[in-house]
Amino acid sequence: MPDLGKYATEVLGAYGVTLALMAVLLVLTLRRGRRARAALRQVEQEAQSHAED
Amino acid sequence: MSLWKYANPVKFLALSARVQPFAWAAAAVGIVVGLGWGFFLTPDDFRQGSTVKIIYIHVPSAWIAINAWIMMLIASLIWLVRRHHVSALAARAAAPVGLVMTVIGLLTGAIWGQPMWGTWWAWDPRLTSFLILFLFYLGYIALWEAVEDPDTAADLTSILCLVGSVFALMSRYAVLFWSQGLHQGATLSLDKEENISDVFWQPLVLSIAGFSLLFIALVLYRTGTEIALRRTRALQTRIERGA
Repeated sequence: MPDLGKYATEVLGAYGVTLALMAVLLVLTLRRGRRARAALRQVEQEAQSHAED
Repeated sequence: MSLWKYANPVKFLALSARVQPFAWAAAAVGIVVGLGWGFFLTPDDFRQGSTVKIIYIHVPSAWIAINAWIMMLIASLIWLVRRHHVSALAARAAAPVGLVMTVIGLLTGAIWGQPMWGTWWAWDPRLTSFLILFLFYLGYIALWEAVEDPDTAADLTSILCLVGSVFALMSRYAVLFWSQGLHQGATLSLDKEENISDVFWQPLVLSIAGFSLLFIALVLYRTGTEIALRRTRALQTRIERGA
């Protein structure tokens, strides 16, 4: 860990906020993407079974 | 080969699936090495002390915040002129990424500004236009959510994007035509005198490349999500009509 001197709070705070916001963006993006793709697969199966009836 | 063939969602998704693994991997390498190099291996600035390390997150996030809007502008123009749905969905997909980067840029700027300028905020031309850009991102996302018909939503948000471009460009260029303000001039420049020292420049460029690749990977993935949602709604409507 480098010696950040009297500005340690500011530097670590800036990095902490950035990494936290990027992690939230990443998690929400992947969660929404997985749900949307799963819903599409399900509806495609329904549409296929309707077509076969 | 025409670029317009990727307006077809199937071809776009096929290309996206090929590009994404490289984009995610390169983004991870760029960000980890760029930020790690900048944080652990660069010296303090003689005037700013260790706060100079904030540059490796502040500049890339501000870079993406502005350029995400420019990308949305191009995609919106393609929608307005050629009516390609994928371009409208790509613009929609990019907005939350741009919003988060704008928030990061504003917060890290305030955290950096407090010890250096003695204030968290100043109504400086660059900062103010960046704050207005943040409000435009919020308005753009809200408008997509508020309008039910997707084509009307795409039209209205495209027009909003055109208007907001003034502030995106102003965030970038305000320092060139407004001399007053606390914010410094360009961090990266082709002018050797103006450019920052190589010891800071090299990890910064790597960090900007990492953030840019992360933006590409996120927008490709999120556009795929928007296409899936659109197709789900279309199929559900078809099933309901057929039932």
